[in-house]
Amino acid sequence: MTLKKNIATSEEGFVFNPGTGDSFSTNTIGGDIIALLKDNKSLKEISEIICKKYDVDKDQFEKDLDDFESQLKDYAIID
Amino acid sequence: MEKIRYERPIIQKMNTGLMNKFGTRTEYEPVTNIESISVKSLINDYGTPLFVLSEKQIRRNYQNANRIFKTRYPKVQFAWSYKTNYMNAVCSIFHQEGSWAEVVSGFEYEKALQNGVPGNKIIFNGPDKTDDQLVKAAKNNSLIHIDHFDELYSLIRLSEENSLKPRVAIRVNMDTGIYPKWDRFGFNFENGQAWNAITRIINSENLDLVGLHCHIGTFMLSPSAYAIASTKLCELTWSIKEKYNKIIQYIDLGGGFPSANTLKGAYLPGSDTVPSIDQFADAITDVILGYGFKQEDLPLLILESGRVLIDDAGYLLGSVLATKRLSDGRRATILNFGVNTLFTAFWYDHKISPAQAFGSHTEEMVMYGPLCMNIDIVRESITFPLLEKGDNVVVHKVGAYNMTQWMQFITLRPNIVLIDNENNTHIIRKAETLDNLQTNEQLPEHLKKQTLK
Ligand SMILES: Cc1ncc(COP(=O)(O)O)c(C=O)c1O
Repeated sequence: MTLKKNIATSEEGFVFNPGTGDSFSTNTIGGDIIALLKDNKSLKEISEIICKKYDVDKDQFEKDLDDFESQLKDYAIID
Repeated sequence: MEKIRYERPIIQKMNTGLMNKFGTRTEYEPVTNIESISVKSLINDYGTPLFVLSEKQIRRNYQNANRIFKTRYPKVQFAWSYKTNYMNAVCSIFHQEGSWAEVVSGFEYEKALQNGVPGNKIIFNGPDKTDDQLVKAAKNNSLIHIDHFDELYSLIRLSEENSLKPRVAIRVNMDTGIYPKWDRFGFNFENGQAWNAITRIINSENLDLVGLHCHIGTFMLSPSAYAIASTKLCELTWSIKEKYNKIIQYIDLGGGFPSANTLKGAYLPGSDTVPSIDQFADAITDVILGYGFKQEDLPLLILESGRVLIDDAGYLLGSVLATKRLSDGRRATILNFGVNTLFTAFWYDHKISPAQAFGSHTEEMVMYGPLCMNIDIVRESITFPLLEKGDNVVVHKVGAYNMTQWMQFITLRPNIVLIDNENNTHIIRKAETLDNLQTNEQLPEHLKKQTLK
């Protein structure tokens, strides 16, 4: 899962796709994940980092991450 | 390092105009207590789904409605509409407050007797009364509200055979300017049917015509419809006095005042649009007081209000079974109660609150029940904080028609708990078990042997 090159993000969790003109908002954790994707972290690394930072177990998070990934795909934010 | 409270990651497309869809934060304020009992402790003690009723709120509603009418009119009597909620505990609260009973079947009639209501304080409505039930009601001096000519003639015959003189009223249907017109119950006013029935009763030696009844519809949003109904019943009362020198003792205007729920498809929430009881009371009492009756001939005003007296005293607590995304990307939440338990989800967009604190993000979702049935939808579209499996929700204003119309379909019906005035909790109906359900089933002998291995 890699972020499209031209995607712009802000610290407040706003995401802008100049290719389509669409903008998006995320919650804090969604913003964290996009930032990690920007850093080219793998899903496994993302999962480790998030589970350390947030009060969630790995199984739960990975299920939610799958779901989040498919949303990003639907919105053409990742390839 | 302390970990941050988790919330599922989401991303939402920002459309122009989307922001106002988020509504005000207060809509998603978690509801953590009912009266002063915590929702979590109710769930721990009784499980979910769970219906919760507040005795305090029921009494408050009754006393408020009673005061509103009694400050406007000298003779008022409420009769609790059993079908709205016939849990014995609920009926007993209303009877303690002074309410008579209004029943529409033999089974409800028996329930009222068992709840200690004297026969002469039971109103027996509806199109379905057997000969045996009619005789019993007549012997108990109950108020029998006749629905159709077949019933009228049966009652005349039964009264002759048993030397009885039952107290009766007729149910009158009429045009009150609202659509759809409820003309299937009772005798029509405009075409003269009601007057024919009245004449027939007065000419019979065996029936005592004491009242006139109507119930013009349910969840009525128009006080003026009640003014029209009152006028028409007053007109009949007046004519009966003129023509037969007989004084009608009571006018029963039925139920129908709306609760503050939001009807499906309504643009604004019910709490903003529904007329108050005061407005209905003004409409009704202005007509009767202004009609010209002598003070001593003023009829008793009976009201059979149901939903307005109990809807907001009832809550349904439920749990999230799962969340998923539908093929079009919409979020779907599956709850552990559906239209089988929350029957009124067919009529209302019920207000639903989270039962725990949430972050500031919300998403639009559809809320499904647990049934394997496409019709099982609790809310077609609701903006709500992010839910996870195991989270709890509180559905508001479910006190009317759910605990009677719920269906034992696919799942068993849950506990009902009453929170009393001192904040003690009581189970007033235990959750059903498979055994309860099967007590009336019988397996033919030849089907008892099972050969599947
Ligand atoms: C005869 C009669 N009275 C009273 C009621 C109670 O109505 P509501 O709950 O609308 O007040 C009903 C319900 O439909 C009814 O049929």
